[in-house]
Amino acid sequence: MRGVALLDKRRRGFLFNPPHASPLRHAQPTKDHPLQRRVTFDNRLLPYLLLAPQVAVTLVFFIWPAAQAIWQSVHLQDAFGIRSEFVWFENFTHVLSDPNYLDTLKVTIVFSVAVTVLAMGVALLLAVLADSKIKGARAYKTLLIWPYALAPAVAAVLWMFIFNPDIGSFGRALRALGYDWDYRLNGGQALVMVIMAASWKQVSYNFIFFLAGLQAIPRSVMEAASIDGAGPVRRFWTITFPLLSPTTFFLLVVDMVYAFFETFGTIHALTQGGPGKATETLIFRVYQDGVVNNDLGGSSAQSVILMVIVIALTAVQFRFVERKVHYA
Amino acid sequence: MATVEIRNVRKSYGPVEAIKGIDIAIQDGEFLVLLGPSGCGKSTLLRMVAGLEGITGGEIAIGGRVVNHLDPKDRDIAMVFQNYALYPHMTVFDNMAYGLKIRGIPKAEIRARVDRAAEILELGRFLDRRPSQLSGGQRQRVAMGRAIVREPAAFLFDEPLSNLDAKLRTQMRVEIKRLQDRLGITSLYVTHDQVEAMTLADRILVMNHGVAEQIGTPLEVYQRPASLFVAGFIGSPPMNVLDGRIDDRGGAVLLPGGQSLPLPQPRPTEAGRPVKLGIRPEHLAVADAGFVIEVELVEALGADTVVYGRLPGGEALLVRMAGLPSCRSGDRLTVSPPADALHLFDAVTGRRLEG
Repeated sequence: MRGVALLDKRRRGFLFNPPHASPLRHAQPTKDHPLQRRVTFDNRLLPYLLLAPQVAVTLVFFIWPAAQAIWQSVHLQDAFGIRSEFVWFENFTHVLSDPNYLDTLKVTIVFSVAVTVLAMGVALLLAVLADSKIKGARAYKTLLIWPYALAPAVAAVLWMFIFNPDIGSFGRALRALGYDWDYRLNGGQALVMVIMAASWKQVSYNFIFFLAGLQAIPRSVMEAASIDGAGPVRRFWTITFPLLSPTTFFLLVVDMVYAFFETFGTIHALTQGGPGKATETLIFRVYQDGVVNNDLGGSSAQSVILMVIVIALTAVQFRFVERKVHYA
Repeated sequence: MATVEIRNVRKSYGPVEAIKGIDIAIQDGEFLVLLGPSGCGKSTLLRMVAGLEGITGGEIAIGGRVVNHLDPKDRDIAMVFQNYALYPHMTVFDNMAYGLKIRGIPKAEIRARVDRAAEILELGRFLDRRPSQLSGGQRQRVAMGRAIVREPAAFLFDEPLSNLDAKLRTQMRVEIKRLQDRLGITSLYVTHDQVEAMTLADRILVMNHGVAEQIGTPLEVYQRPASLFVAGFIGSPPMNVLDGRIDDRGGAVLLPGGQSLPLPQPRPTEAGRPVKLGIRPEHLAVADAGFVIEVELVEALGADTVVYGRLPGGEALLVRMAGLPSCRSGDRLTVSPPADALHLFDAVTGRRLEG
């Protein structure tokens, strides 16, 4: 239980408080400041030194690339990267007036919503089952966590071996049953497959958090509800689910961001965005236009748009969804 | 309102038998306290009545209906948990109304019942608050309210006052007693606190290692403890126990120090039998003849004084006297009990020797 609480706190601390705002624990009152519980430094430089690695990581891996994306999004570069020209918002108007781009946006929305719902729904179901008293619960929990340790590309290859219409076990079975299964030709089937592959990877992650959340609910509260007359289904929807809401909200934000950004590897290895552009999401298109088609300006403009979308989504989630969240 | 009958109930966890056959019939409206040290099985027994634990053997009947295989929700009971087990995401009102809503009771009646309970428990101002905004005592009252509004056949209390501080515990104890007198609902109450047991119970079931050591009214349990275990568990400070032997004529108890205490009734048939002699600290009084003790420590509690003494043979002897201390450590004191305050127990089994 203590471990879960710690996890819970750390998770919330990470997401909902800036890390440097947490007070320093174990602080002893000093002789000069007998009542001050915070650590004070004699050396004026030391606090900045201690902060430096964190700041450096943020600068190098987040601020710098983001700034560069913004800078490039208002420039036009030649294909060899030799000359670049400031073009105001031409890249943006170009991208946003491209009907293909709007199609990609639609695919992205379907893909992201489906991945989030599927990954969270399945994980919650599995976590509820794992939390009940069943034989071999430990082994079951361990097995469910494993997929998260798999690289996206490796996972995608495994999916390929299952669903390939010629050599995949499940793909061949489908065809043998007379179903015309070929995700290399059928865009709908391809989208279903990448959604399943991308969700499958995230289920493990969600499962751990849901299980921790479930285990943090006191058993006696559930017992009180059953004495009050609530059956298992009602207990779940009126007690368990509301008490899980901090976990659910956290995972909603994380899974959305995952679906938008981190599914590139899965799509790249499985379908390369095809057939046609049936599985091309925004992040895949950024790569496609920037790296394959060498349109750095357009790709950067898309990056910036994607960044704005995700920032806006997260803001909306915090503004409207978090209100319904009950923090114990 | 109903009777609760527990017939030869057993509970095993694998090869370990936690409850070894308990029999008791609780009358309609009776307040029964299950008292014992931790691990004695009292909470398990309560949870079996609630339906939260399976029953390995025997029968439990509530209101004449055997409930062994009924779910908790079908047993018509309400339970107050040690940690209150309030629903943290619901207001006080919703906490109390939850069970009523599930049972499909009309809104107006739910409102009326919750308001009435809130008035009894002085919770009216807090109905819109969440449990996290309440103090421990208030949460405790909400848990009570949730049980009251249900108007169940029986109340089950699982150490409901253990998480409160001493002052609040005394206050809530009185409130529970008053409430139960007023509502007259059959109650089972688990505690390890003998004061709670003595003050609340109509009858006490003293448990030890899964066995009922004694069932009786608080005064019976205090005045005629059925075993050494009960004698030691009830009463504060605990009863003095000395090794002894009934003399050859069966008229007195001989102690190793050479003293001889006359028995109120002679026991000629038990002449020569080794016994344990129990004397409550509060029954020892300063006298001209009796036990001579050397005072080791004096605790002045204000209303009374506890003297920790030692007999010449080395055995400890506690004496509780009314009022302020009249002796100091190092003093010699002669104390003696009245003849009718002696408790005799079998030296081997620890059972009380009646008579």
